[in-house]
Amino acid sequence: MIAVELFKLVRRLRTWISIGLICALPLVVAIFIAVTHLAPPPGQGSAFLSAVLDEGQLYPAAALALVLPVFLPVAVAVVAGDSIAGEASAGTLRYLLARPVGRTKLLVAKLVAVITFAVLAVVAVTVTSYATGVLILGPSRAAAVGTAPGGLAPGSIAPGAGGGPTAGLQPGAAITSLSGTPLTTLELIERVLGAMAFITVSMLGVAAIALFLSTLTDSAIGAALGSLAALVVSEILVTLNAATAVQPYLPTRYWLAWIDFFRDPILWRDIQRGFAIQAVYVVVFLAAAWANFATRDVTS
Amino acid sequence: MITTQDLTKRFGHVEAVRDVSLDVREGDRYGLLGPNGSGKSTLVRMLLGLVYATSGSISILGEPVPRHVGRVLPEIGAVIEEPAAYPHLSGRANLRLLDAAGPGSGGGGRRTRRRRVDEALEQVGLAGIDRRPVRAYSLGMRQRLGLAAALVRRPRLLILDEPTNGLDPRGIRDIRDLLTGLNADGVTVFMSSHLLPEVSALCTRIGVLDSGKLVLQEQLASLQEPTGRVLISTDDPERAVATLDGLVERRDGADLVVRSADPAALNARLVAAGVPVRSLAVQRRSLEEIVLDVTGAGSDQFGVPA
Repeated sequence: MIAVELFKLVRRLRTWISIGLICALPLVVAIFIAVTHLAPPPGQGSAFLSAVLDEGQLYPAAALALVLPVFLPVAVAVVAGDSIAGEASAGTLRYLLARPVGRTKLLVAKLVAVITFAVLAVVAVTVTSYATGVLILGPSRAAAVGTAPGGLAPGSIAPGAGGGPTAGLQPGAAITSLSGTPLTTLELIERVLGAMAFITVSMLGVAAIALFLSTLTDSAIGAALGSLAALVVSEILVTLNAATAVQPYLPTRYWLAWIDFFRDPILWRDIQRGFAIQAVYVVVFLAAAWANFATRDVTS
Repeated sequence: MITTQDLTKRFGHVEAVRDVSLDVREGDRYGLLGPNGSGKSTLVRMLLGLVYATSGSISILGEPVPRHVGRVLPEIGAVIEEPAAYPHLSGRANLRLLDAAGPGSGGGGRRTRRRRVDEALEQVGLAGIDRRPVRAYSLGMRQRLGLAAALVRRPRLLILDEPTNGLDPRGIRDIRDLLTGLNADGVTVFMSSHLLPEVSALCTRIGVLDSGKLVLQEQLASLQEPTGRVLISTDDPERAVATLDGLVERRDGADLVVRSADPAALNARLVAAGVPVRSLAVQRRSLEEIVLDVTGAGSDQFGVPA
């Protein structure tokens, strides 16, 4: 059943359009920065963006920071919100269940497909933004900042080039952590992978909420919007002093903790809490989704 | 094959199905009739484990449902209300997907599964189907595809909710022939419909639902026993009436309704009297009369005089 769900995921145009859009945002930002040479000053704007003019290889980190707050959760919420409700409104749910596919099994397969989608999206952003960073923003041009803007022709973009997030890293490239210490290539690979894993896991809370709502309603868009509404509330409360008491339990509270992977040494405290809070959301909402879906009448 | 005991389903205050005790036997071509909103679909969904009964019990192929529905469903092919498919995939891809989704991924190797899908498509008249996505299919093609999906696993029992909806006369005829052929090969057919001619042409046994209650369940043949009347059409009705004296119950132009249990004797008598008989037939109750007799107004009518 998992293979069937993965087949459905990859055969759907929506999957690739949404991943394409997620990858396009960092590309657009990179082009603007490359053309104008105006990166936000350190401490302002999206994380890492101030550093990418000096260090194109850090662009994957900057790109992840760009897509994390809105693009990625929206895409994940749409896919997860559609998973049961979409089948219900299309009428295919009843045929799957009558095949028979066990309800628990279907839910698990859907979850695996959603996780796969999140992984695909995060990997795609990392790979394309690495290529963007190297090709548009230039590899390790620390010594040449502010010169030769003519060499940054956007025409040379080749999305998808570059085998992996770190495939072209030269040993000894002078990449520094946020703490100012130099990072070796291996360390950078590890940290980028760590950040990718953390961000993927951060999406699971949203995914679980959307999946739960998807079992409640036959409206895919309703389930997606419902889970996004929950996220927006969480993102607002996270910045609200009056809500300090509940902040540690909000699903987006530790979303930015992956930045700590780029400190030296890595600050594990928030990263661990981030993993833990996502685990709690996943367990609670999946249990609710299962309890609801396994016992409800399928009348669609 | 299918038996239910006092099956009841309530949605909130609405009792969709009330105390239904179905009895579908092996080899039957069973037609479940009833006006719109009489509970046919809810009943079918309960049989398939999609909707849970409020009370009562279901047993299919000797297994309790929904408790062992996972054991029963692989033996069942179903069309549940409209057919549904993934619109962006081809018909063949849809069938493969559904086939792969079931328990044990359908069993058999890749080639077996492919052949099974091709056979099902052939059975429903979609053998020459191309790579067009289902989105581009006509309603009739979708209906045929839905039926193919029900047949892929070569079920022992077919549960079909309105299987001929949206088909043209030729399609209806094709499906009827297909179902009759499958039935002859030992497949039990349970279908719901509100198309009386369909059920009349196909089914051997009927059940009638009205407002959620099963108001009639009987072999069609015994419901349509001769009524003891004969329908006669003649060019000389006056002489026929004179000859038959008192046996004629009704006259409508050249058509007569005559009380008689022996049509052959009646015919001989008319011929002997020199009455030219154009046609002579034993009167049987039509399915329409049978159903209308036992049902009230459907749920899509309001304010109908009782």
